[in-house]
Amino acid sequence: MSRVGTPLSPQRRRFLQDSARAAGGCVAAGSVLAWLARDARALPAEALRPPGALLENDFLSACIRCGLCVRECPYDTLKLAELGVDAVATGTPYFTARDVPCEMCDDIPCVAACPTGALDPGLDNIDDAKMGVAVLVDQENCLNFLGLRCDVCYRVCPVIDEAITLEVEHNARSGHHAIFIPTVHADHCTGCGMCEKSCVLPEAAIKVLPARLARGSSADHYRKGWEEKEAKGSPLVEGIIDLPDRLPGPGTDNLVAPGGFEPSFQLPEVTQ
Amino acid sequence: MTARTRMPLGQEAIATKGWLGAHKYLLLRRTSQLCFLMLFLLGPWFGIWIVQGTLAGSLTLGVLPLTDPFVFLQSLIAGHWPELTAAIGAAIVLVTYALIGGRVYCSWVCPINPVTDGAHWLHRKLGLQKGWQPKRGTRLWIMATVLIVSGLTGAIAWELVNPITMLHRGLVFGMGFVWAMVAAIFLFDLFVSRHGWCGHICPVGAFYGLVGSKALLRVSAASRSACDDCMDCYAVCPENHVISPALKGKGDDTPLILSPDCSNCGRCIDICAEDVFKFTHRFDALSVAPSEPTAAPQSRASRPF
Repeated sequence: MSRVGTPLSPQRRRFLQDSARAAGGCVAAGSVLAWLARDARALPAEALRPPGALLENDFLSACIRCGLCVRECPYDTLKLAELGVDAVATGTPYFTARDVPCEMCDDIPCVAACPTGALDPGLDNIDDAKMGVAVLVDQENCLNFLGLRCDVCYRVCPVIDEAITLEVEHNARSGHHAIFIPTVHADHCTGCGMCEKSCVLPEAAIKVLPARLARGSSADHYRKGWEEKEAKGSPLVEGIIDLPDRLPGPGTDNLVAPGGFEPSFQLPEVTQ
Repeated sequence: MTARTRMPLGQEAIATKGWLGAHKYLLLRRTSQLCFLMLFLLGPWFGIWIVQGTLAGSLTLGVLPLTDPFVFLQSLIAGHWPELTAAIGAAIVLVTYALIGGRVYCSWVCPINPVTDGAHWLHRKLGLQKGWQPKRGTRLWIMATVLIVSGLTGAIAWELVNPITMLHRGLVFGMGFVWAMVAAIFLFDLFVSRHGWCGHICPVGAFYGLVGSKALLRVSAASRSACDDCMDCYAVCPENHVISPALKGKGDDTPLILSPDCSNCGRCIDICAEDVFKFTHRFDALSVAPSEPTAAPQSRASRPF
C-alpha cells in the first residue's frame, strides 16, 4: 500500500509532536529526579538514623520528612538534614553520635511519634535498637590499648558488660601489667553513640558506624566443628582417631618450657 | 491594546469599593497563609506547641494527625504501606480539599504562593513579556513522572526537590540552602515564565487540582451581565483560562468557574468594580442570573476616568 499522496493530517501530526515532546521532557526530568533519588541514598557513615529506622532504601520510601520524631526527642539528639548543609537526604532525621548521642529513652518517643512507620513501631525495647555498631577504630591511640586505665567508653555504655566488655591481656611492653581491651559485642550494641561521644581523645578512637561498614558476615555454609560436635555429643566422623594434642610443657619438644627435650629430627643447617 | 486595558490595574475597583474592599480576599489570603505558618512556628519560636511537624505531616494539639496526601501517595507507590496514623491524616486532608477545592491549598496555605505572587506583581510592574508558556497539561505529565519515578526508585521522589515542603521545613526547622531554591523559583516566574511554577510546573498543585475537581466551593461569574470588559480579572487571575467559560458564557452556560485549575483565590472578586464574581457552591442554580433583560453597562472607554 503506497503512502504517497496521503500526508498525515495536521491534527494527527501535531498530536504526535506534542506527545513526543511531553514524553521526551518527562524522561529527561524523570531521569534527573531518579538520579537525585539514587544520590539521596548515600548516607554518610557518621550520620546515624533514629532507633527503629528501616533500612536506608526502605526508609526513603517511608519517611515523609515531617520532623515529628525530632520534636519528640527530649535530648535534641535528632536533627533534620538541611538542604546543601548536611550530606543526608534533605529533611530526613539523623544524629551525629560525637555531637549528641542517643540517650536510649525507655518509651522511645521518636518511634511513637512517627506517623508512617519509617521508624518501626515494632521496636518496643530500646535495647533491641540497631542504629549502628561501635567499633574501636584506632588501637594505636586508644588509651586502654596503650595500657592505661581510661575505660570511659566501657563505663558510659548503657549496656555495660554486654555491649562493651574489658578483655584482659598481657602487656608485653611493660612485661608485668595488663591491658584492658574495650571489646564491642555487636549483638548487644545499639549504636547509641555514648562511647563515641565520651571518648576522651580529641578524635574518638571508638566510633559508631552503620552496620554495613562495621560488620562482616559469616558465609551461610560455614559450620564450626566444635559447635557441631557439642551439638551431636560425639565426634562428627565415627571411628576417627583422636591423636594427643601437643601442648607446651614437660615431655614435649618445646625447649622454652622447663623439662622440654631436643626434637628427634633437626632441619639441615642452611649455609650461605 | 485599547484605552480600556491601559488603565492602571484595579484602579476602578479601588474607586468604587475602597482600597480595603478591593483587596479583601487578598488580605484574607495573606492572613490565612501567615496563620498556617505561624501555627507551625509558635512551637519552635515561642514554645507554644499547637502544631508540631511540617506541611508534609503534622500533629495538632497532640490528637489531630494531618498528612500531605501527595506525599502519602508517593510513599505507597514507592512500596511502603504507611501506619494508620499517616493514612488517617491523609484521608482528612483529602476529604477536606475535595470539599472546599483542592487548589485552595495553593492559594490559601502554600508558602510558595506569596513568592510566586510577588514575582507576578513585579513582572507586571516591569511590564515583562509572559515568556515560556508550557502547555496546560505539563504539570499533569510532571505529576505522572513523579509517581513513576517514585515507583521505580522506591523513594518519595518529589520530596527531593519539592520547594513547598522545603521552604516550610526551612522556616520551621532550619533553612540550609533552601533560600536559593526559593530565589530560583522567584526568578523563574519573573523572567522565564509568567505564572510558570504554580501555573505550569508544580505537580502538587496538579494533584490538588484533581482532588478538588468536584469541589463544592466555587467562584461564580453570577452577575456576568454587568461585565464591562475591563479585563482586570484576566490580568490578576493566576489561571486566567478558567474565567472565560464562566464569564463569557451565554444563556444556559453555567456562570460557575468549574475548572479544577481555579485556586479559589478570590482576586477576581476583589478586582471587579462591577461585582461580577462571588463565592458560592457548585449547585447554586440561582447564580444563573437574569442575563438578558438588564441594561448593558456603559462602555468603559466612554466613562470619565
